[in-house]
Amino acid sequence: MNIAQLLNQLPGAVAQGLIWGIMAIGVYITFRILNIADLTVDGSFATGGAAAAILITSGVNPWLATLAAFLIGLLAGLVTGVFHTSMGIPAILAGILTQLALYSVNLRIQGIGTDLGSRANVPLSINKYKNMLVSLRNVGSFILENPIWLMLFITLVLIGLMYWFFGTEFGCGLRAVGANQQMARAQGINTGLADIVGLMISNGLVAFSGALMAQYQGFSDVSMGRGAIVIGLAAVIIGEVIFGRLFRNFALKMLAVTLGAIIYYLVIQVVLWLGLNTDDLKLLTALVVALFLAMPYWKSRIRTRKRKGGPAHG
Amino acid sequence: MADHPMLVLRDLRKTFNPDTVMEKTALAGVDLTLNRGDFVTVIGGNGAGKSTMLNAIAGTFSVDNGGILLGGRDITHLPEHRRAAFLGRVFQDPMTGTAASMNIEENLALAFRRGQSRGLRWGISAKERALYREKLASLDLGLENRMGSKVGLLSGGQRQALTLLMATLKQPELLLLDEHTAALDPKTAEKVLRLTRHLIRENKLTALMVTHNMKDALALGNRTVMMHEGRIILDLNEEQKQHMTVEDLLAQFEKESGRELSNDRMLLT
Repeated sequence: MNIAQLLNQLPGAVAQGLIWGIMAIGVYITFRILNIADLTVDGSFATGGAAAAILITSGVNPWLATLAAFLIGLLAGLVTGVFHTSMGIPAILAGILTQLALYSVNLRIQGIGTDLGSRANVPLSINKYKNMLVSLRNVGSFILENPIWLMLFITLVLIGLMYWFFGTEFGCGLRAVGANQQMARAQGINTGLADIVGLMISNGLVAFSGALMAQYQGFSDVSMGRGAIVIGLAAVIIGEVIFGRLFRNFALKMLAVTLGAIIYYLVIQVVLWLGLNTDDLKLLTALVVALFLAMPYWKSRIRTRKRKGGPAHG
Repeated sequence: MADHPMLVLRDLRKTFNPDTVMEKTALAGVDLTLNRGDFVTVIGGNGAGKSTMLNAIAGTFSVDNGGILLGGRDITHLPEHRRAAFLGRVFQDPMTGTAASMNIEENLALAFRRGQSRGLRWGISAKERALYREKLASLDLGLENRMGSKVGLLSGGQRQALTLLMATLKQPELLLLDEHTAALDPKTAEKVLRLTRHLIRENKLTALMVTHNMKDALALGNRTVMMHEGRIILDLNEEQKQHMTVEDLLAQFEKESGRELSNDRMLLT
């Protein structure tokens, strides 16, 4: 266990955390603001990667390709939103259905231009596509090409945009829908539309993040989004636990999510360095997230026990 | 303005869970007409259909039969969020009418835009803030100094007062009050009721108020209707109300319905 080896890994962990942090902001929007657990993200993350990869390999500018990934993510969210609101399917199931469907869609997107018409993996070598936005090759250096700088910039711009959006009349209405549907309807807010728009923006961000991830790691893969929802939740929860008391402002809360994602990847690097097998990572992540999700429930049970015999409501 | 009635309910019928063992006829043909400025109190036993009638007007569910005219327009098939443009609502549960995780001024700003399209303008303006501060100050609860506080931190009475303010911030054509003091302690209930009366009078509102308190039902408003088994069985005008005691009212109920009034929350004094 060489400490220099660990230190070498840390910049990469920060860059990954920043990329996943954008996806985690998407999860924050559905999970915390809309109060929906949206499982579409496992699929839409890979959709973003697939779309960007296929566009970049066919010569499209990587900025445009990444933007296109965002737009396709909006569509994925639209599908889940329509499943949920127009077809009355519970949100969690609607997300699972879209996620499953996206697996086929992603294979097809990646297969564009191939003989089979379907492909599990698209290589994106930085040697071949030199103008890609981010690449892990430069992550150890202090030069401007280090992906951390661009990721920081993109993250701050996105947080600014989200802060603006959720402060507008429409965005406030969206927050009201997540806080209290009945109240929102009584104030004339179309709750179905709000759910759809929220799911779209969330999945747009997730796909955007997937597009950056594909460029960063140098390939896109159909299974690159597996467990994305859990990583997103982990980032949200870590952010809340560490910065919850400090950060009250909405923009700072989103920043906390980003920091949560970075901390998540730093911790992962440390436990891997300590000798954990990569194959056991998802098990560990799932257990840790389950534990943190249980906290508020346990806390409230302890509180009611202390108050036994009190009024049922009041 | 045109001289059509403010609200017309025509033969409203609703059966929940039809053709199952849970089948329940909640509205069995409700006819009711409210004139502009009417303040009608609604009483009745358990399951008489009082709240169901209010929810039918608000559009929480669609009725099986009948029509709802508000200010002359047919709103029978309008979705709930579109009807909200014309309605102010206060619910029994103080938690229902406000968004706990948003602060006081944000809640007011949401109510201020009831019935308007919500675009990408900023959600709250400095000019509005001054208005909210003034309105909150009139509640005399000190909320004008806590406009940035989350509503979840307020007491039930404070939340109900805020909900009332929100329901009347943009003048509604009809104010729907669904036992809005039932979950409050007597002193707070009294305060909220006084505020209700004040707001209705000041803004010359048309209102429907369901109450479990017979005395309040007689003391407030210019009309009292009594419901039983999904129908209106008694409709008292202002003069009739003045000469009526709670005992008279109970006797009337027994005469009209053929049974004793039973409501486990009913307050007779």
